[in-house]
Amino acid sequence: MPEEKTNTFSALTLWVRWVNIGFIYLTCTVSVAVALWVLAIISVLIHDAQAAFHHFGMAFLMSSSWNPLGNNGQGQYGILPQIYGTLVSSWLALLIAVPLGFGVAIFLTERWPLVPPGLQTLLAFLVELLAAIPSVVYGIWGIYVLIPALVPLTMWLHVHFSGIGIFSQPPTRPSMLVAGLVLAIMILPTVTSLAREALAAVPPDLRQGSMALGATRWETLIHIILPTARSGLVGSIMLGLARAMGETMAVAMVIGNSNRINISILQPASTIPSLLANQFAEASGLQVSALMYAAFILLIITLLTNIFAEVLIGRH
Amino acid sequence: MGEVVWARAVLMLIRKGVDCGLTTAVTLASVIALVPLFSILLYVTYKGLGTVLTGGLSIFTELPPPPMVEGGGLGPAIVGTLIVVSIGAAISIPIGIMSAIYLSEFSAGEPIAYWIRFFTNVLAGVPSIIAGVFSFGLIVLTTKTFSAVAGGAALSVLMVPVITLATEEALRLVPQDMRQAAYGLGSTSLQTVTKVVLPTALPTIVTGITLAIARAAGETAPLIFTALFSQFYLPFDTEGPGALFNQPIASLSVLIYNFALVPFENQQKMAWAASLVLLGMVLISSIIARTATRRNM
Repeated sequence: MPEEKTNTFSALTLWVRWVNIGFIYLTCTVSVAVALWVLAIISVLIHDAQAAFHHFGMAFLMSSSWNPLGNNGQGQYGILPQIYGTLVSSWLALLIAVPLGFGVAIFLTERWPLVPPGLQTLLAFLVELLAAIPSVVYGIWGIYVLIPALVPLTMWLHVHFSGIGIFSQPPTRPSMLVAGLVLAIMILPTVTSLAREALAAVPPDLRQGSMALGATRWETLIHIILPTARSGLVGSIMLGLARAMGETMAVAMVIGNSNRINISILQPASTIPSLLANQFAEASGLQVSALMYAAFILLIITLLTNIFAEVLIGRH
Repeated sequence: MGEVVWARAVLMLIRKGVDCGLTTAVTLASVIALVPLFSILLYVTYKGLGTVLTGGLSIFTELPPPPMVEGGGLGPAIVGTLIVVSIGAAISIPIGIMSAIYLSEFSAGEPIAYWIRFFTNVLAGVPSIIAGVFSFGLIVLTTKTFSAVAGGAALSVLMVPVITLATEEALRLVPQDMRQAAYGLGSTSLQTVTKVVLPTALPTIVTGITLAIARAAGETAPLIFTALFSQFYLPFDTEGPGALFNQPIASLSVLIYNFALVPFENQQKMAWAASLVLLGMVLISSIIARTATRRNM
C-alpha cells in the first residue's frame, strides 16, 4: 500500500513539473514570436511587392507617375512625390513641435516660484490627452476648423513673401502647411513626454553645482542640463519624426493628395501613408504590388528612425 | 574702478533679462500647447452634441443616413467598432500577457530578453497604416474579402506591444517577497504566476489593456482596407458567425473619414456626432485608466 501511494505521488509531481516546464517554454515561444512579428510584417510586404520590385526596381523611388492605365495598360508607378511629401511634412512638423515640446518639457521639469506643482501635473496630463485623440478626429477638426482659420495667414504669407520658394504659389485650402501643423500637434505629446523624461533624469547635483557657482537658471539649463540630456532629447526628436512619417488619416484628410512635387508649402501634396489610405481599398493587380512596395519603403524608413531613437533613449 | 562696477551691473542686468525672457517663452509654449486640445474638445462637442441630442437614443441604433435624408444614426458603426476591437483584444490580450510573463518572470539573466524587449518596442513603432497593409496582405488577399477578422487582426498588431510592455511593468511592481513566499510553500512557477503574481498585478494590467483598447478604438488607418465599411449591421441572421469572416463591417472611425469628406450636410452632421461619441469613449476610458493607476502607485 505505501508503495502505491508513493507511485501516484511521484507520477503526479512529474506531471506537475512537465506542465510547469511546458508553461515556461510556451511563454518564451510567444515572447519570441512577438519579437519576430516585425520580421513577419516585412516578409509579407516583400512577398506581395515582388511584382513591383521586378517591374520598376529602384526607378520606383525616382519616378513621379502614378497611372494605373500607363505602360500599355499594365500600370506605371513611382512614389517620388510621396517620399518628398512624407519627408517635408514630417520635418515641418518637427520644426514646430520640437521648440514647443522642449519649452513645455522645461516648464514641467523646473521648479518655478509662482507655479504650484499641482498645475504642472495637470498640464502634463492635458498634453498627454492630445495623444489619446483619434487621428481621424484631428482630420475632421483640421478640415473644418484649422483650414478656415489659416486662410488669412496663408494669404498674408503669399502676398508678402511670394519671392521665397516655399510661399511662391497661391494658397489652396488643403496643403502641405496644414498637414505639417496637424502633425506638429499630434507629435507634441511624444516629444514633450520623452524630453521631460530626459530632463528629469539629469542628476540634481549638476544643477546645484552650477547654481552654487553663480549661474542663473537659464545658464544652468543651457550649459549644463540640456547638454547632459542630449541623447534623450535627440531620441525624442527621432521618435516624433517616426510618428509623423507614419501618421495617416489626419494627413490624408488635410494634405490635398496631389501627385506632384511642389516647392510651395501652400499647395497640396501627398505622403506615402496618404497614398496607401486613398488607393488600397480599390486597387487590384500590379497596383496592389506597387502599393506594397510603397508600404515597404515607409516601413523601412520609420523602422530605422525608430531603432535609432530607441538606441538613443536606451530604455531597456 | 567705476567702469568695472558699471560693466558688472549691465552684465547682471542682461543675464537677468535673458532669464526672464526665456522663462516667459516656456510659459507661453505651455499655454500654446493647450490651445489645440481645447479647440478640438469644444468644437467637436459644439458640432456633435446637437445631432446627438435631437437624435436621442435612435442615434445609437439606426442606420447611417443616405445623402440629403434627415435623421439616421450610428448603430452599425458603434456595434462594428465594438466587434472589431473585441476581436483585436481577443487576439492580443493572451499574447501580450504571456509575452510579458516570460519577460518579467522567466527571463532573468537571459540576453535574449533584451532583444525581445527591443523588438517589441520596434513593433510598437510600426505605423498604424502598415498594420493594415500587413493584414490586407495576410488575410484580405487570402480570403478575397474584407472582414471584421481582418480588421481585428490589423488592430492586434498595434495592441500587442502596448499590452506586453504595460503588463511587464505591472508584473515588475509585484514585490519579490511574494514570489519567494509562494516558492517557499512549494508552489511551481505556474502556480506562483497564476495564483500570486497575476492577481496582485491585475489592476495595473487592466489599466494597460484599457489604454490599448481605447487607442485601438480610435484607429482608422488599419481598418479602411481590411474591415472596409458598411451601411448595415452584420447579417448574423443569414450568415451566422461566418459574417465575421466574409463581410465588410462598419466602424465609427471609418464613418467619420467617409462622411467628413462628402458634400452632404446631413452626413457631415453624422460625422461630427460620430466624432463626439468616439472622442467620448476614448477620452473617458483613458482618463479613468490613468487616474486609476495613479491611485495604485
